[in-house]
Amino acid sequence: MAKRLSVVDVDRCVDCLLCAFACARRFGEGGLARSAIAVRSVGVMERGFVVVVCRACEDPSCLAACPVDAIRKAEVGVRVDLGECIGCGMCVRACPIGAVFWDEERGKPVICRHCGLCAQFCPHGVLAYEEVAGG
Amino acid sequence: MDRQLTRVLFIDLSAHRHWVEERPELFQKRLGGTGAAIELLQEHCPPGADPLSPENPIVLAVGPLTSLFPLASKTVAMFKSPHTGNLGESHCGGRSAVALRLAGYGAVVITGRSDIPVYIVIEGDKVHFRDARALWGLSSSFTVGRIIREREGGAGTRTILRIGVAGERLVTYASVVAESYRHFGRLGLGAVFGAKKLKAVVIIGKGRVPVADRAGYAKLYRELHERAVRSELFKKYHDLGTPQNVRPLNAIGALPVRNLAAARYPGEPPFTGERMAERYLGRRLACAGCPVACIHLAALREPYPDEAFFYKTTFVSYDYEPIYALGTMLGGEDPEGFLRLMDTVEHLGLDAMSCGVVLAWATEAFGRGLITERDTGGLVPRWGDYGVYVEMARRIARREGELYDHLARGVTAAVARYGGEEFALAFGGNEMAGYHTGPGTYLTYLMGARHSHLDSAGYALDQADLREGKSRSPEELARALFAEEARRQILSSLVVCFFARGLYDLGTCSNCLFALGIERDEEELRVLGEDILRRKYAFKLREGFDPRRLQIPARIAETPSPHGTIDLGYLREAIASLEKLLAPSE
Repeated sequence: MAKRLSVVDVDRCVDCLLCAFACARRFGEGGLARSAIAVRSVGVMERGFVVVVCRACEDPSCLAACPVDAIRKAEVGVRVDLGECIGCGMCVRACPIGAVFWDEERGKPVICRHCGLCAQFCPHGVLAYEEVAGG
Repeated sequence: MDRQLTRVLFIDLSAHRHWVEERPELFQKRLGGTGAAIELLQEHCPPGADPLSPENPIVLAVGPLTSLFPLASKTVAMFKSPHTGNLGESHCGGRSAVALRLAGYGAVVITGRSDIPVYIVIEGDKVHFRDARALWGLSSSFTVGRIIREREGGAGTRTILRIGVAGERLVTYASVVAESYRHFGRLGLGAVFGAKKLKAVVIIGKGRVPVADRAGYAKLYRELHERAVRSELFKKYHDLGTPQNVRPLNAIGALPVRNLAAARYPGEPPFTGERMAERYLGRRLACAGCPVACIHLAALREPYPDEAFFYKTTFVSYDYEPIYALGTMLGGEDPEGFLRLMDTVEHLGLDAMSCGVVLAWATEAFGRGLITERDTGGLVPRWGDYGVYVEMARRIARREGELYDHLARGVTAAVARYGGEEFALAFGGNEMAGYHTGPGTYLTYLMGARHSHLDSAGYALDQADLREGKSRSPEELARALFAEEARRQILSSLVVCFFARGLYDLGTCSNCLFALGIERDEEELRVLGEDILRRKYAFKLREGFDPRRLQIPARIAETPSPHGTIDLGYLREAIASLEKLLAPSE
């Protein structure tokens, strides 16, 4: 059965960024350049954090905005065909929650594939990798 | 090896100019962090430089493990300290290390002095010099952070290092605050910022770091992560944070109380980690890359006196050392008073540890009549009276009048004017940390490169020896602390948080480096650690450090430690042994 990454309790987030670093290790590298998940404070750290990541929309705005149909629905979430992608950035602007990230080096979008690696490294129960309801 | 790491960004505040130099040898031979920073300090700080002059450089450095491995979360700052007049080194977490490395640099060197107050923004190859005249003189370091946060980009991938009023006024133990609750706390980096008219440094970084052995790296990361989250350290520092140490230190009689007139509270201290968590813990935070989340914030809910049902809730970060310095050392009984003082210290941008010891000295000096109400401007410092301490901290930060001007330069400066050296608890010019555990802790304060408890953690050795009923000769003690301080140079060169010292034995360090394409075996690392430590000591000697002239306050031998009365003759012998070990090898 298909699984989806969920932010289950953002109030437990301590801003360790282990999720974002785990995402980079998909490519066997460090840093944040190709992370598809980000954490920032809601304004001041003591008031908590926002975890920004693709929520696997039923009807994805990013897909609708792509002028060359390089974004397609997957079992969970979407996939970007980087060969077809022309790097226009329409998907980034279209996503209302800011979950389409940008790989500056390659000039291409980065979108969560719902692989669940980040959830394995979340030490405090913010993220969960869950079976899709009814899926 | 990551080629970005070997880039050093130079910023000249006098000319508002910047450039990049490739310095591979600093990172290949010296790893990075402390190892690289001491070389940059040697190069760019002229002998005998006034720490508050434009020629004193600020070096910020990260290392090969930064942002790649768990708990590799710290930035090393190096500078000549305006507090001790000698080697200044301070470590800070938050997002500082990750931002610096992912901005594409291994180190930054800031020199000169701006003609007007500025803050600088480092973003990739760009450095912006922003007018900070409107920020100069703001009463709170928090407000400075808030303004810059809203004005600059990079939310989530940046650090904002800023000073408060204390740094502007050149208080020699002014701190630099990062991410509201983390600090380059000790030895006065804030005053060096202030002297350069540098209000803040913003670093924005979200680049990538290539690794040599991708599969090996991912596997090793997972292993270290698993070990970290299952470790005792994780539990201890995640649950209660560093204040969990209050209760055990009090139990063995090693908790300095009322300027070390005593070393324990008769009953349960009012500030134990357990009590603080139960009554005030409101949130925990982590440095970037660290699963532990040792940063504990108290939620202090206070009513306004002028209107019923009108409250404010302030978040105040608390740790063991501030609890000692601003709590037990001041004979506090009231956790909320402590939290208010802690909050004031944060807004002003003072080092909580030095500030607490300074206030403790002033309280005792006042009690003995060395200073009077005429000096204090009508304030009467009394143990545990936080209303007075809050006001004194404000006057210190603004250096109001002769007494506060002296207190703003630490107890050593105050003693030179008012006397009371026998109860002035500073070593090498730096106020002591919260451990009266035995001879080891004092040898660390006296001979550690930074006169910081973290240099060689003699307090940990004292406690281990106490448990095992072990006693050491002065030479054995010196050897043990030398080895520990040398080992820590590797951690701070990689750069790994000292809390992770149990996780990163030299073998593990060697494995981490191997995954990054750097071959160093354990023995090479051990030798390098000693070498880096000796380089730091050589800088100290160059700047006039003389171990034979170290003052030891009589107070430490008056209040019994868990190892009995501290024997000053024993300490002098241990100092002499360490001096030999630290001498340059050539």
